[in-house]
Amino acid sequence: MGEVIVVTSGKGGVGKTTTAANLGVGLALLGKKVALIDADIGLRNLDVVMGLENRIVYDLVDVVEGRCRSKQALIRDKRYDNLFLLPAAQTRDKSAVTPEQMKALCTELSEEFDFILVDCPAGIEQGFRNAIAGATRALIVTTPEVSAVRDADRIIGLLEAAELNSPQLIINRLRPDMVKRGDMMDIDDILEILAIGLIGVIPDDERIIISTNRGEPVIALDKDSASGQAYRNIVRRVMGESVPFIDFDENKSVFNRLKKMMGLGG
Amino acid sequence: MSLRTFLNSITGKQDSKDVAKERLRLVLVHDRASVSPEFLEKIKEDLIKVISKYMEIDEENTKVIMHRMDESAVLEANLAIKEIRRV
Repeated sequence: MGEVIVVTSGKGGVGKTTTAANLGVGLALLGKKVALIDADIGLRNLDVVMGLENRIVYDLVDVVEGRCRSKQALIRDKRYDNLFLLPAAQTRDKSAVTPEQMKALCTELSEEFDFILVDCPAGIEQGFRNAIAGATRALIVTTPEVSAVRDADRIIGLLEAAELNSPQLIINRLRPDMVKRGDMMDIDDILEILAIGLIGVIPDDERIIISTNRGEPVIALDKDSASGQAYRNIVRRVMGESVPFIDFDENKSVFNRLKKMMGLGG
Repeated sequence: MSLRTFLNSITGKQDSKDVAKERLRLVLVHDRASVSPEFLEKIKEDLIKVISKYMEIDEENTKVIMHRMDESAVLEANLAIKEIRRV
């Protein structure tokens, strides 16, 4: 019986889709059978982040409305063993799917997959309720900004109300230089406010944009990047391993040590 | 105390991250206190259930509301009593 994990945030643009894509690829690279579900109906993006936009035949709404079987709609990512994407419908809206239908779909898929990752839309309306309906575990993505942390707090409350307990936090786009200057909330500040467990910290990294440009998640495209390493650590923590957190202090990080060793300065 | 916090304490300046944290703390007190009418209705029903053991409550005239104060929230329940039971 596989685990259904929803990746959510409340606020848009904090990195939910990028996170879902990287964790999906990372889990597949470790030999797990993974289904990625894009629950953002009407604004699908997981397909382009994964570079699979040209292979869509059927979508999530086709599956729940019975026009095809889930197997037909799941796109196999040929670059990895055992990674599949169920794209969202682009021409429908969130009301095209009900929480009950999502729950049934997740249950069906969990019989065949080790992990089902649901990319949740921004907001707290029906799209959110659909995305969390079948989940057994939640990851909340936030950035070290007032607006994103505030929305994360709201989401934590809503997840609790839905009895999806013990969500874990991913802090995305951390800038160690700004933290050092006192111009960005640090990890402890955010954990103190939200009072939930931390599962990972992703440093702000331009390589994410480059990898998205190419449609290949950074965890596979750019293995030595700081963000790629951070995502690999989260993947291992998702699987239950205890992995020490990276110290992003400029001089101490593995990435910078590597750069120094190769004579690239820093 | 770091050098930065020491310097800030002399110059009276505050790091922008501390401003952010303080503002968040305040806004979350308000956010967390904004509860739905359904939620308050549930609290009201439970309160009536408990208090009814001791006195008969006039449900029509019972109100449960949430106030927001500057830095905290208050739950106010006004339960109209019909009759006190002899326990």
